Amino acid sequence: MKEQLILEKAIEKGDFNSGGEVSSKLKELLRKLGVRSEVIRKAAIVTYELEMNVIIHSEGGGIRVTIAPEGIILYVEDTGPGIPDLKKAFQPGYSTASDEVREMGFGAGMGLNNVKRYSDNLDIKTGPGEATRIRAVINLS
Amino acid sequence: MKLAEVKEILDLEPLVPGNDDLEIVTACGADLMSDVLAFSQEKSLLLTGLTNPQVVRTAEMIDIKVIIFVRGKRPPEETVQLARKKGIYLYLAKKPLFECCGLLYEKGLKPEKINRLDLEE
Repeated sequence: MKEQLILEKAIEKGDFNSGGEVSSKLKELLRKLGVRSEVIRKAAIVTYELEMNVIIHSEGGGIRVTIAPEGIILYVEDTGPGIPDLKKAFQPGYSTASDEVREMGFGAGMGLNNVKRYSDNLDIKTGPGEATRIRAVINLS
Repeated sequence: MKLAEVKEILDLEPLVPGNDDLEIVTACGADLMSDVLAFSQEKSLLLTGLTNPQVVRTAEMIDIKVIIFVRGKRPPEETVQLARKKGIYLYLAKKPLFECCGLLYEKGLKPEKINRLDLEE
């Protein structure tokens, strides 16, 4: 089995109402594919946090999900403005989110930590003024 | 603990009513959605002061079946509609978060076990 695309979707900046639609759809697809519920939950959490990050912090972007022998692979890309200090972004509690976002229960500085916690492999390419490209793998077993 | 018992202890008003026989194994109380997502174990009940649709989304991601909105905060229609669509039950409690959690804990409902990954950090 080679890498197979199962889901692809554009994500718009500030589109809070659609936040969670990609992860919801992914959950449904993985359930149909017979993936273990624990694995589905991990993939859903990682997708949801990354999806919200694109909505909250970026100029817009998209997400692609593939399935491969390695596991479920998420590719999340945006068009900027990039994360200036990635180390800081991983500090629990560090956040640059607006009050509006915080009122929704997000932007508490835990998002990337959750992404790291539930990914079996995580690669982030970013920098000030750059696009952010993330590849996250969730193992199937 | 059955959902019926939770309803009685907290004197809940149903918004999207669920099956009284539903077994509530563990619960969590949080106003930060990332805190809810930080624990991946399946849990059945979320108590929160937030009422926006993202609360339902968060519950959906980790298979939470029941959401209780505390201190009488009524959720907007979008939240109720999304919950209906996703098969998540909604209730309203008049008491604040701390008191709701305390009452359920006292009657024997326990938090989920924190997994090893979290202890390592």
